[in-house]
Amino acid sequence: MQPFLEIKDICLSYRSLAGETEVLSHISFSVSPSEFVAIVGPSGCGKSTLLNLISGLLQPDRGEILIHGQPISEHSANVGYMLQKDQLLEWRTIYQNTILGLEIRHQLTPSKIEKTKQLLTQYGLSAFRNARPSQLSGGMRQRAALIRTLVLEPDLLLLDEPFSALDYQTRLQVGDDIGQILRKESKPAILVTHDIAEAISMADKVLILTKRPSSVQKIVPIHLDISDRTPLSSRNAPNFKYYFNLIWKELNQNGTPVQ
Amino acid sequence: MEPLSNKQKQFLRKQRHDKVLIHVLRFFIFGDLLILWETAAQLQWIDSFIFSSPSRVLKTFVDMYKNHALLHHIGITLTETLISFALVILISLACAILLWIFPRLSKILEPYLVVLNSLPKSALAPLLIVWLGANMRTIIVAGISVAVFGSIMNIYTGFQEVDTEKLKLIRTLGGGRREELSKIVLPSSIPLILSIMKVNIGLCLVGVIIGEFIGAREGLGYLIIYSSQTFKLDWVILSIAILCIIAVLLYGLLNFAEKRYLQRY
Repeated sequence: MQPFLEIKDICLSYRSLAGETEVLSHISFSVSPSEFVAIVGPSGCGKSTLLNLISGLLQPDRGEILIHGQPISEHSANVGYMLQKDQLLEWRTIYQNTILGLEIRHQLTPSKIEKTKQLLTQYGLSAFRNARPSQLSGGMRQRAALIRTLVLEPDLLLLDEPFSALDYQTRLQVGDDIGQILRKESKPAILVTHDIAEAISMADKVLILTKRPSSVQKIVPIHLDISDRTPLSSRNAPNFKYYFNLIWKELNQNGTPVQ
Repeated sequence: MEPLSNKQKQFLRKQRHDKVLIHVLRFFIFGDLLILWETAAQLQWIDSFIFSSPSRVLKTFVDMYKNHALLHHIGITLTETLISFALVILISLACAILLWIFPRLSKILEPYLVVLNSLPKSALAPLLIVWLGANMRTIIVAGISVAVFGSIMNIYTGFQEVDTEKLKLIRTLGGGRREELSKIVLPSSIPLILSIMKVNIGLCLVGVIIGEFIGAREGLGYLIIYSSQTFKLDWVILSIAILCIIAVLLYGLLNFAEKRYLQRY
């Protein structure tokens, strides 16, 4: 099967007056259709930079990013990107926030509006359509941000530590919530996180990056011995701990333990 | 609702009491000064020809109100102030947007803006009169010149301080510079713009009065200069008092608009 996304030998350096810093060094991996990939690595290793490259916000110095075998610039892939914080705009209502992307892409068609309303209902936000973001809990805000991404019907989802701003309990709930939604949509997704447990609980495979300039240290496929896998139930899988220790050791071999 | 505890009641009573006291004392200071001024004039501690007195000011007000001269001068000054204020908003927004769209331009122009902003604009007024003539247009330009440079710099600084993550959001949703401006930069700067405008309305009034001092035949600034030269100090003080009231009202109006806007969130 042809992979959905191929990252081939990506290199990138940041430049400033102080000099050049190599951030990514010869990174290659692939994502198959409907596969969920988690990326872990020491902080500052360039995980978010990698997402910026895949979304086309940044261009690599060398290497290629292919979607269905075509370079992303030509294919103009529809990539959904969830940022660290929900970034809901305080001067817009929840509904107005969820259609922001449609507005920008000039896609405010009746069918898309219908789809937005349906998603708001499906994820329990229809009563808060006209509320301001400040009136919602952290978990609800994150769901609104997810709807804003999903109404654009992306072919690929990029998640940049989308739960890191939440407290632990909400984080587990929202992670479970959003993990299940993404499974249902069966879209390929890439999650950047510094939480090993979160990575194992959500992903089909975990990519471990070395410290800067980072390259791929190891790719760990996750096969949990559990039926009906959800992010929360995954944590009860008998071999969950095995994967945890495996990844923990790899990261520590790196020389820099994760935070 | 639960009944309030005695301590809470006491606390609320004290808060109310303080509030009333502050208002009463504020009014008292004003009233006392007026009484003192009037008494001093009546008992001839001060020369009321030079220092005037509240009763003389009041009498002047009634006389001038009757022959419609006063309303005319107030109208002229208000019109000039409001026109220059409206133009300051338009010009400074347009310039700030332009600087935001072309950051290199803003770097090039920065020293010029700084110099123009720190220059005492009253120094420009005689020049404006010569260039543009002694008319309303000149006075409006004088009003604009006092406020506009600082306003451009403040609004542009506000634009630059917009959360870069929010701008990134726009780009991840497929938007460009235009959407960053219309969806993020402008709406998030509205509170800042309102608070800058609160300062600007006062500055416009300053500029207009400076303009009227040297190049006008009507308006409160003209009235002040004319009556001081003809030793009608009652007129001067009346004009100043009216300027105070205008300044407070205009500020209050914008303050009200700002509060109403912020209340929505």
